Amino acid sequence: MAELKFGRIHSTESFGTVDGPGVRFVVFFQGCPMRCQYCHNPDTWEMKSGTEMSVEQLLEQYNRNKTFYRKGGITATGGEPLMQLEFLTELFAAAKEQGIHTCLDTSGIAYRKSRTEKFQKLFKVTDLVLLDIKHSLPEGHETLTGQKQEHILEFLDALDQAKIPVVIRHVVVPGITDGDEELTALGRILAPHRNIRGLEILPYHTMGIAKYKNLGLDYPLEGVPQMEPEAAKQAKAKILAVIKECRNK
Amino acid sequence: MRQEWTTFKGGIWEKEINVRDFIQKNYTPYDGDDSFLVGPTEATKELWAQVMDLTEQERAKGGVLDMDTKIISTITSHGPGYLNKDKETIVGFQTDKPFKRSLQPYGGIRMAVKACEDNGYHVDPEVVDFFTKHRKTHNAGVFDAYTPEMRACRSSHIITGLPDAYGRGRIIGDYRRVALYGVDRLIEDKQEQKDSTRTIMYSDVTREREELSEQIRALQELKELGQIYGFDISRPAANVQEAIQWLYFGYLAAIKEQNGAAMSLGRTSTFIDIYAERDLANGTFTEEQIQEFVDHFIMKLRLVKFARTPEYNALFSGDPTWVTESIGGMGIDGRSMVTKMSYRYLHTLENLGTAPEPNLTVLWSTRLPENFKRFCAKTSIVSSSIQYENDDLMRVTHGDDYAIACCVSSMRVGKEMQFFGARANLAKCLLYAINGGIDEVSGKQVGPEYRPITSEYLDYDEVMKRFDDMMKWLARVYVNTLNIIHYMHDKYCYERIQMALHDKKVTRWFATGIAGLSVVADSLSAIKYAKVKTIRNEKGIVVDYQVEGDFPKYGNDDDRVDDIAYDIVHKFMNHIKGNHTYRGGIPTTSILTITSNVVYGKATGSTPDGRKGGEPFAPGANPMHHRDSHGAVASLSSVSKLPFKDAQDGISNTFSIIPGALGKDDAVFFDDIAFELGSDCACCEPSYAEDEE
Repeated sequence: MAELKFGRIHSTESFGTVDGPGVRFVVFFQGCPMRCQYCHNPDTWEMKSGTEMSVEQLLEQYNRNKTFYRKGGITATGGEPLMQLEFLTELFAAAKEQGIHTCLDTSGIAYRKSRTEKFQKLFKVTDLVLLDIKHSLPEGHETLTGQKQEHILEFLDALDQAKIPVVIRHVVVPGITDGDEELTALGRILAPHRNIRGLEILPYHTMGIAKYKNLGLDYPLEGVPQMEPEAAKQAKAKILAVIKECRNK
Repeated sequence: MRQEWTTFKGGIWEKEINVRDFIQKNYTPYDGDDSFLVGPTEATKELWAQVMDLTEQERAKGGVLDMDTKIISTITSHGPGYLNKDKETIVGFQTDKPFKRSLQPYGGIRMAVKACEDNGYHVDPEVVDFFTKHRKTHNAGVFDAYTPEMRACRSSHIITGLPDAYGRGRIIGDYRRVALYGVDRLIEDKQEQKDSTRTIMYSDVTREREELSEQIRALQELKELGQIYGFDISRPAANVQEAIQWLYFGYLAAIKEQNGAAMSLGRTSTFIDIYAERDLANGTFTEEQIQEFVDHFIMKLRLVKFARTPEYNALFSGDPTWVTESIGGMGIDGRSMVTKMSYRYLHTLENLGTAPEPNLTVLWSTRLPENFKRFCAKTSIVSSSIQYENDDLMRVTHGDDYAIACCVSSMRVGKEMQFFGARANLAKCLLYAINGGIDEVSGKQVGPEYRPITSEYLDYDEVMKRFDDMMKWLARVYVNTLNIIHYMHDKYCYERIQMALHDKKVTRWFATGIAGLSVVADSLSAIKYAKVKTIRNEKGIVVDYQVEGDFPKYGNDDDRVDDIAYDIVHKFMNHIKGNHTYRGGIPTTSILTITSNVVYGKATGSTPDGRKGGEPFAPGANPMHHRDSHGAVASLSSVSKLPFKDAQDGISNTFSIIPGALGKDDAVFFDDIAFELGSDCACCEPSYAEDEE
């Protein structure tokens, strides 16, 4: 593998509790090609900014406090970590060598069948993937994120073949992803994949608005209300029901 | 074997006063879950409703419902008091009724008078006269001996919160002894101690004999206290209800005699559980009854009240009593000391609702049973009322029968006590170093007239050297002030009953404390890594600072500044150790200004870290507000680098977090889909080596 000295890192969080099991050291990668209308980290979009950090530097930060991460590990998120596939693979490979649990939080957008070999290398050192499926319908996906859906579904297939455990994340946004059609479609996408270990349905919130203002950007979902946690629970029940139905056929 | 002890496993504890031996021989570790717990009984609910009503009345009256202004509080001063005699299964109040605060002038008559006056009550003039002319108080004694320098340090707040006008507290009687042995046996033991003192009457032997006599007298009075409520506590407790009641009488006697800054309970749950297990096995009581006893006991502990002044309450941010009870921990033989009673104590937070007192403190070990850890986490989430302390750290020096006094001070129950020492304001000390001993707020020469710093920009090595000299001076004044305080407290306000529940040979910790640690660490870091310009007033005293550039801040796991914090603690402790301490006290220090950081900040001028004059310090060993920017683990790491061996009296870090930031609802994450889809979830649990620590 080519030795890539540095990755572009937006920031690190020493006490991550919501991105994978246990208490985790979270590395926010800089740069993302998606332009999700509800993104609450628009400051991680730009590919060229961020701080250059080496695998050693990141793991050194991790190891200083590894006692805290005994039941956790390291999580790569962003931004889109797959945009720096080689650096990410190096980071995870080095982490695995030290027995650290690795978790990748991704949209899968950067997956390409043509790069299978490189992805296989990553899969070998990845313990868990948090796959964020933005929209279950192809047209809706393009409107919401500015990118096509097909590579994401291919990525899910590839994870299944590689037997990588996956937790699906999905944000329900009023009027955009919370309809019956969208939820049913998502259930159908997920049903065949036996490597899925969890389904996390997140209600849309508006806490990102301030960041857009700070960056001088217009907020695309202006006027869309927050989603009640209760409604998110109902959406989850609906998706689970569809998965069950598909599997029982 | 005594009749009350039948079915207990015997041991040395039968021959000597040795509660730990009794516990180790007889307790049953519990590693099951919380499903055995039961809710409150009707009687409990009624009593608690009554308490809530009285609390409301007390609040409406401005914080105090009733005060005794005539009867001096002693162990036997008041007749029985009840909420509802027929419903209470554990009884006893400090005065003749709940919510009535007792009059305790031995610490200082002025403070007692002021506490009453500020709340609209007036102490009987005869009492004032008596304690002014005929019976000297601790406070009067201290001020007779103070030097002008000590008084100046006190009023400029470089030494703060000194227990020179009120009870020092921080002593835990081994109240379990009352239950296990009965008072008669304890008197016998004390008599034997008195008969075996050394025989040449040096002043320390004379004092020991006088103190033992006082202890025996206090135990006699403790028996009387039992009789006032209709109990014969001269004999051992025979069941769990009696065990709780006997133990509580011991504690009640202490709080009737002492209005201490912290009146902690000890480590009682595992002891009490032994009786509960026996009663459950015999069918003497049901789980419902036992939980009811515990609920009523905890209710009493919630109603401990002292007469205090508004200033005192400001210092401690409220009206705390620090009824700390230490729960759990590991035994030195490797068994967990968690019992069902540990669960029952914590369960009162649900049965009676959440409350800050008693200060339920879990002695946390990585080796505690998984079920108990989960139960603690669950209870913490619902109640926000559990304090956690590191048993793995403290067990090394204190064994497995220590308890926490106040918030972090650990001591072996019945074998060690502490001379509470408030704290020295190191942030102000740094300013004195810069200004040559002149107080930056008053402009007075308080410290020694060392050469001040005259340059416009501060030089790290120069400041550090002056600071070290000034710390040495401060440690000397501070320790000597405490020497006077503890001498006088022993003389005029001796803790008779609490010391009666100690061994003859007691280890005394001589506690000191540090305030403003993170302010000093950041200030020195700013001087070292940024540029700090001094701003002087017309007299040339530095009254403000301008920081140019950025600097490493304590709380971000950055060794450049964390090492400075380490050094300060280590150096200050060495200076403390260089002084003579009263009564062979072993010096310790703490970094634990949990609540008084606001008051200390108010009395301290601007500091070189950019903090403005009057702004609060961070509490305890906490990083300064908003200066930790790398997440909680980085922040905690900075704190955890402080040298515990130099601060054995404890290091506290106040940590607030919204529940959502602690992780997802378990309903949202892994578990349910794994269940629904029938797949194996094990692979989601990361693998990790057990010995990784």
